[in-house]
Amino acid sequence: MKAVLASVLARLVPAEPADAVVPPSGHTAWLTSFTAGAMTFLAVFALALSLASGCLADRWSAALERTATVRLSAPEDQIELQLTAVLGVLATTPGIESARALTDEESRALLEPWFGPDLPVETVPLPRLIEVVEDGSGYDGTGLRQRLAAEAPGAVLDDHTRWREPMAEAAARLRLLGLLSIGLIGAAMAAMITLAANASLAATAQVIKVLRLVGARDAYIARAFVRRFTLRALTGSAAGAIAGLVGVILLPAAQPAGGFLTGLGFQGAGWLWPFVLPPLAALVAFVATRAAALRTLRELT
Amino acid sequence: MGEYRAGNWVGAGRPFMISFDNVAYNYGGGELLSDMTLRLAPGSFHFLTGPSGAGKTTFLKLSYAELLPTAGHVTLFDRDVHGLTRDDVAMTRRRIGVVHQDCQFLDHLSLTANVALPLTVAGRHTGEGDLADLLAWVGLDKLSAALPPSLSSGERQRAALARAIIMGPDVILADEPTGNLDWEMSLRLLTLLVELNKMGKTVLVATHDLNLIRQAKSQVPARVLRIAKRRVQLSGADL
Repeated sequence: MKAVLASVLARLVPAEPADAVVPPSGHTAWLTSFTAGAMTFLAVFALALSLASGCLADRWSAALERTATVRLSAPEDQIELQLTAVLGVLATTPGIESARALTDEESRALLEPWFGPDLPVETVPLPRLIEVVEDGSGYDGTGLRQRLAAEAPGAVLDDHTRWREPMAEAAARLRLLGLLSIGLIGAAMAAMITLAANASLAATAQVIKVLRLVGARDAYIARAFVRRFTLRALTGSAAGAIAGLVGVILLPAAQPAGGFLTGLGFQGAGWLWPFVLPPLAALVAFVATRAAALRTLRELT
Repeated sequence: MGEYRAGNWVGAGRPFMISFDNVAYNYGGGELLSDMTLRLAPGSFHFLTGPSGAGKTTFLKLSYAELLPTAGHVTLFDRDVHGLTRDDVAMTRRRIGVVHQDCQFLDHLSLTANVALPLTVAGRHTGEGDLADLLAWVGLDKLSAALPPSLSSGERQRAALARAIIMGPDVILADEPTGNLDWEMSLRLLTLLVELNKMGKTVLVATHDLNLIRQAKSQVPARVLRIAKRRVQLSGADL
């Protein structure tokens, strides 16, 4: 795979004479490719984490933003009366699109993960739940609470604020951590490529001396190293990106009960993001190697 | 006070190739060269002699800006080396061909690629015929594909000379070019340097081989500079 990619790149970017004058640099060659590949592999997962957490945050926020729940707890002989009162209040409240009481089956389904499928809902004094869907314009929460308190004292409005805010904050932090990870991976890659370039330059000090002797300018000598390291980073990173994508594809598909981890992956155009990483790695290698080469050349001769 | 001005015997108004004005060089452990003043005129042929450690190599390095003087001024083609940028130094070296005693080749490149290296780094190209002619001139046409480590000392020196002149430099500096060669090969190399001088090149050869200097003086009006007691002197006696 890597050889094929290198061959394609060699066709796209023909070798310059400057490349030939610098001898092959042994271990630094595959180390640079390996580093770029490994870093890109990690970056793909960091990217997946970041994008997935962003999507989840949006999804959670959207889902919770437009819904609210009224929990009704009352003595058995009053529950139906107060339920009717609550539905009446909700039906006449501006900003509420619909409201409906959850059936016993729905309540059982909600409690099933904790109590099992055989919970006798009818015999347990569970509060009745009323699902409220907003119409987008929003409702007056304070006014609604006051009206509910007057009409149905056992009703409590939960507009999900106390759930929504921490979740949105956690997801935003997770997304930030993912982006920070990508930044750190990029910085680590730049540092490692700089070290590899420095090692290569130090190992070829005699070659550089000869090149300077015959009139080579720093830019010419640096170009040979820059081009070499940039192509190595590009090929290594491309291999790492492909491996990372395969890894993401092989992750379990999103399950409603699986929570966050099974939803880790890319959605739609998000699959294109990993392909941005190899050119980015090449750019990092270009900048890092050029700076290292010019600095070392100034010190060498 | 050692001072030599070759300008006395060249036409007025012609720029000097290399000028030293009260140049000193200090390695940190004391002064190696001191108060050196001289001019190398276009087309001149000089030998630089002196005992080992006198500073011949340092003098040559000052002459192609690998070292900068710690005092005084070195002027290459009318430009003070202190005012040269790194790119300027590179461009200046394209006008100066240097032959080292240890030659300094790129061992992974063929002889032809090594000889053509100054053209390669300058982004210039020469015809294969011209390159073959140059290799034939130095007697290496049959070794064009050979790698430097497989060459003998004499072959390496001739290859270094070919590389030094491929850009058509104005000045050729040679540091002990015959140090590792037998007499026959030394004469062959000397003949090449004399031919280049007759073509108008300024030649400066650092050597301690007096026989070589005598042989050269029979072919060309060569002058002898001697470094002694940290200064350069024009050798007075005929060799």
